[in-house]
Amino acid sequence: MEPLSNRRKNVAQKEMTLSERMYLPAIAQGLGITIKHFFKKKATINYPEETRQRSDVWRGLHVLKRDENGAERCTACGLCAVACPAEAITMTAGERKKGEEHLYREEKYAVTYEVNMLRCIFCGLCEEACPKAAIFLQDDKLAPARYERDEFIYGKDRLVEPLKTTETK
Amino acid sequence: MDSVLLIYKGIYILAIFGISLLIATYSTYFERKIAAFIQDRVGPNRAGPMGLLQPLADAGKLFFKEEFIPAKANKMLFILGPGIAMLVAAMSSAVIPFGDTLIIGETSFDLIAIDVNIGILYIFGVVSLGVYGLMIGGWASNNKFSLLGAIRAASQNISYELAMGLSLIAVLMLSGSLSLKVIAEQQTGFNWNIWYQPLGFLIFLICAFAETNRTPFDLPESEAELIGGYHTEYSSMKLGMYLFAEYINIFVVSAVMATLYFGAYNFPFMENLRNAFDDPVLGNNVVTIIGVAVMFAKIFAFIFFFMWVRWTLPRFRYDQLMKLGWNILIPLAILNILLTGGGILLYEYFTKG
Repeated sequence: MEPLSNRRKNVAQKEMTLSERMYLPAIAQGLGITIKHFFKKKATINYPEETRQRSDVWRGLHVLKRDENGAERCTACGLCAVACPAEAITMTAGERKKGEEHLYREEKYAVTYEVNMLRCIFCGLCEEACPKAAIFLQDDKLAPARYERDEFIYGKDRLVEPLKTTETK
Repeated sequence: MDSVLLIYKGIYILAIFGISLLIATYSTYFERKIAAFIQDRVGPNRAGPMGLLQPLADAGKLFFKEEFIPAKANKMLFILGPGIAMLVAAMSSAVIPFGDTLIIGETSFDLIAIDVNIGILYIFGVVSLGVYGLMIGGWASNNKFSLLGAIRAASQNISYELAMGLSLIAVLMLSGSLSLKVIAEQQTGFNWNIWYQPLGFLIFLICAFAETNRTPFDLPESEAELIGGYHTEYSSMKLGMYLFAEYINIFVVSAVMATLYFGAYNFPFMENLRNAFDDPVLGNNVVTIIGVAVMFAKIFAFIFFFMWVRWTLPRFRYDQLMKLGWNILIPLAILNILLTGGGILLYEYFTKG
């Protein structure tokens, strides 16, 4: 038959030589390979003690950022909820009262802000949609496993960045 | 005088029993550790420092598992099987000389449990009883896979015991004695039997793998084809006993190989060391203690080799196993006997005229 490509090889079942039929040289070779692996550096990462280095663009758990004065940046504009393809984000807006300027940056703020981590696909579109640079996906945390479905709805208590104590007034 | 010896023997036997159990326990740990290292993993490292308590955790787990006996199984034989396997495995280390003699005060203590003049025959007899444990267990399970495993175990052990015995005869021709103690004593210093019997050792080694049902000859318990072979139906500590017996057998076979071919407790320059001491008693005791350490080092080296081979080679096919045993190893062993006999005759012709 005409060969379709020049990659074709003729294989012939050769008679094994005596050393091949004895198997012992091949076994010794195999033992050599395994003992080399015995002394090799191990590939294991001991998980709870060590963690794998994550990429800089890795998208983990959400965080609601504060500005340099410790006030929440989010103005409850709802662009993130609109952008969310999984419809995981809900919020209710409220008006800032007098004396709350150190808590909320703008006159409007999010009274509640919830992300359903079971719906969220961690695509990062909320991060891109946000005009106030308020929501980010962290690169070092991920939503841990939990027993109840309710526990996957993250409210402001778990989303807002904790205050840095040195910067509070 | 006699009572001292009796008490000493009792303590010694208990110690050897304890040591062989301990080594078998930790063999499971090292098996997993070595497997992991060869596969670029780290192995068990959670229970205790470096996972050293892992065997205890395993044993605890096995004890708390359900003791399951199949409804149609022969209950008595089902329980007898692992018992025989374990008993026989623990019995066979009795005649192995783990060291020379210790001299304390006026009495000298032989570091051997029972010095019978048919030592090696005793080991062969007892070890080949071990296959009854597997056969009874496999038969009593009333399960086709178990039965197949048991049949394989029986025919494999019979086939390889022949070649093993024949390769041993060459050693006996050199030593002129069946006592393991005499064989050990003849290999003083570096005068080990391996230099005279390389082919015999190779045959013995291969047969030892088959006798202990280790890879590449672990057909009786091949989990891929027979779901565990003869211990398919076993659970809890009865399964543990089978696995335990296998590791004790490895320990015993390693000890036998070290004794027969690698000079037992003898090590190079031991006579120089013995003569370096002014006090002959002290010299003797120091050499003996180092000898015991050397013996165990040899045993551990063999156990490591067993594990190393297990994680290197795939399993033989059954017809390949039989072909290797009957067509290759037995003729080679007979050839080895002829060569040894010729060698002895030549040696005597040239030395004694």
